[in-house]
Amino acid sequence: MQPRKVPFIITTIIFAVLLIIMALSSRPGLFHGEDTAIQKEAALKKYGFYLEPDNEQAGIHFRHESPQLDPKIKNIEHLIASMGASVSVTDFNQDGWDDIYFTNSRTGSQNALYRNLHNGKFENVAGQMGVADLNKKGTGVCMGAVWGDYDNDGYPDLLVYKWGKPLLFHNEGGKKLVDVTAGSGLPAWVNANCAVWFDFNRDGRLDLFIGSYYNEAFNLQDLNTTKIMPESFRYANNGSRNYLLENMGNGKFKDVTAEYGLTSTKWTLAAGTVDLNGDGYPDLFVANDYGVNQLFMNDSGKRFVEVGSQSGIGNIPKSGMCVAFGDIDDSGLIGIYNTTITEKGILIQDNNYWQPIQEAVKSPYPKFVNLAQLAGIENAGWSWGAQFGDLNNDGYQDLYVANGFISGKSRRSYWYDYAKVTSGNKEIIGDAKNWPDMKGKSLSGYEMDKIWLNNGDGTFQDVSRKVCPPATYDGRAVAMADLWNNGALDVIVANQNNIPIIYKNIIQNHNNWIELDLRGTISNADAVGAKVLVEWDGKKQMQVVTDGIGFSSENSHRLHFGLDKSNQIDRIIIYWPSGKITTLTNPQINQLHVIKEPG
Amino acid sequence: MLSKNQDKKSNYFQYVPPAFITILLLIGQLSFGMLDSYGNLVASVVTSMIAELLLSRFILGVWRKNLASAYITGISVGILIRAPMIWPYIITALLAIMSKYVLRYKGRHIWNPSNFGVSWMLFMAPLDVAGLSIQWGSNFLGLAVIWILGLLIVYRAKRLFVTLTYVVSYIFFAYLRSLIVGDTFLAEVSPLTGPMYQLFIFFMITDPVTSVSTRKGRISVAFLVAAVECVLRLDSFIYAPFYALFLVGPVAKFMDLRKNTSVPRVALP
Repeated sequence: MQPRKVPFIITTIIFAVLLIIMALSSRPGLFHGEDTAIQKEAALKKYGFYLEPDNEQAGIHFRHESPQLDPKIKNIEHLIASMGASVSVTDFNQDGWDDIYFTNSRTGSQNALYRNLHNGKFENVAGQMGVADLNKKGTGVCMGAVWGDYDNDGYPDLLVYKWGKPLLFHNEGGKKLVDVTAGSGLPAWVNANCAVWFDFNRDGRLDLFIGSYYNEAFNLQDLNTTKIMPESFRYANNGSRNYLLENMGNGKFKDVTAEYGLTSTKWTLAAGTVDLNGDGYPDLFVANDYGVNQLFMNDSGKRFVEVGSQSGIGNIPKSGMCVAFGDIDDSGLIGIYNTTITEKGILIQDNNYWQPIQEAVKSPYPKFVNLAQLAGIENAGWSWGAQFGDLNNDGYQDLYVANGFISGKSRRSYWYDYAKVTSGNKEIIGDAKNWPDMKGKSLSGYEMDKIWLNNGDGTFQDVSRKVCPPATYDGRAVAMADLWNNGALDVIVANQNNIPIIYKNIIQNHNNWIELDLRGTISNADAVGAKVLVEWDGKKQMQVVTDGIGFSSENSHRLHFGLDKSNQIDRIIIYWPSGKITTLTNPQINQLHVIKEPG
Repeated sequence: MLSKNQDKKSNYFQYVPPAFITILLLIGQLSFGMLDSYGNLVASVVTSMIAELLLSRFILGVWRKNLASAYITGISVGILIRAPMIWPYIITALLAIMSKYVLRYKGRHIWNPSNFGVSWMLFMAPLDVAGLSIQWGSNFLGLAVIWILGLLIVYRAKRLFVTLTYVVSYIFFAYLRSLIVGDTFLAEVSPLTGPMYQLFIFFMITDPVTSVSTRKGRISVAFLVAAVECVLRLDSFIYAPFYALFLVGPVAKFMDLRKNTSVPRVALP
């Protein structure tokens, strides 16, 4: 049977057009725009703010060094030793100015605690405070740190988690951090990449969740096997157990992980806690590499129930790297941002923004819908830490995402080798000796961090190359804080095997703002878990107090709200973890309010 | 017109492969949930079948009754590509089916449809489409079942020699590559144990419609595909098998058709 001439020609034309469109679809500047960088003055004029690297002026000279691992896994040492750059913001001496703590990861390297000198400069006091030399041989290497006032004495204490023995330091009135690990009940060895403080049973004491990555049986610096890698790229369950540690109130912690149902052995990289269903108890979102994320709903402080699949957030296995909370459309609903990996033509996972479905918010097990694509915040690269914050004080939360995995030889990529071995059976992928030698190759290296500006309509625009100088470090942890106490959210990015960047936020749009620092009395002293709803000018934005959020990071304890040009706030409602509710009407704007929980 | 024997074979291929690919899909989905979304799969299958139906009517003037091959194309596309949005599944399926009606020689299409659609999208639209290569599980039982079933079916279909030629050639070239690049032999063999290859060796490379006419020719083509793939792999092409078949298959088919003027024309693509 011969084809009919005219229909054949029409079909051929359509076919050719489709082929051409598809061929052009991935070319830069067409369907996927490529922005050009603009200068500071232009950025200030157009966007109202500019992020200026300020390391030199601030006196921050820290440099992260990656860990050295057992020679048996030398072929992929760069791949494995690719974490450990972390940043945690706290006001450790309670002088009203936020300080910064960075972890280092090479044996013998020093961590840094930068005390804010109130004049734009910082001083490294880690040594005198007793938290510098934490990478001693045989004790493992630091991966991150979280500050939390576990004994409610008004001063934040410090947990340092490692690929090794975690360490707990008690803050002695902001003058010294004393190692109280011995006898505290912390596990002897964890290959941990995240930890968060939260009060899961609402007894007024901060408990601890530690998320682990490599199996706790391995000391990565002294291995007796090379079978340490994930059994699958998407369905790995041979990671490490996690830890839920209940604060017993006397400086001791009890392992209640199994009792509370957190028994999985996935490859956990990040965690975040917030009450998602309004029952007052903080729920737990766990981001896992090589598999699905998990959502553990808190059943009245008695157990956790994993509802990842039924809630919608745990169905598609990706590489979950980070958890950040935001309210991107001023709906008063906390959404969950979860970074993943996207590499052109090879792996398109896309980041997630899980927005709770309004009707299901009050149900025991809420459901979520992924709005990342609609919002335009799905494709960042090989993403790590992320944080929401209103960078231009226009009343909508913007988003900063750290990107880039390994920047080695710029013209040689490890992606082919990576794909080759990870497509195989678990007996192959699970053994590090089968992984091709990296030979200094890059793997999603030289990526720029993403900065997405909220358009105010639920969508974002990419201003990465426009509001700060271009930089292609291997970004890991991101934290936001008003370091200069001037009503602008500054951004601190910890980069792997490199210097961090302290971005001083210069705002020239005269937008208004308000900051809140909550102090619990019945609730835990840090008020972790408190939710704050600010209502103004027909808008309402919800934020939550956390001690640890993002990837290997902790934001300032204060909550920052931009107000645009509004010069009045209708009211602020504070939902304390204890169940108490505080309502403030017409608070003074453009200042920090320290608010104590009513007794 | 097809002979009785050919007609029998043709019928065989109409119903067994769809059943097998459905089993493969079910095993993959039930054992480790290989699909990101049922919606994407449905989109590619429905697009394939509707496109087949409409193009057959539009271009050839007949309503095509058997949509088995369109079904296979749709499922292959749904499994083999990964995209966060639904449109790449629709477009890939559409391109695959359209290629059957447009890219023809002597009344026969010369590209395996899903190979054409998938290869084009992977190569040309990398910002929107990725492949399956590193995204499936490593469940050994599921893998074994699929291999046993697959081998049985290609044996019954008298295409076992094609599969075996390719597999043996692949292993030979994997060894060769391991000597050249210095990676372990297991690392080079690794992709063969992944799901992308199960679809490739049981469906694409054995596709009866786009295969050459002689047994010797088919063996040569399978070997050549593995050889070209090896060259592409040395240049770090992740989707080397698809591209190799994309390059070798049509040339071989074209030469075969050109040489074999007696090859019967088939009424439908």
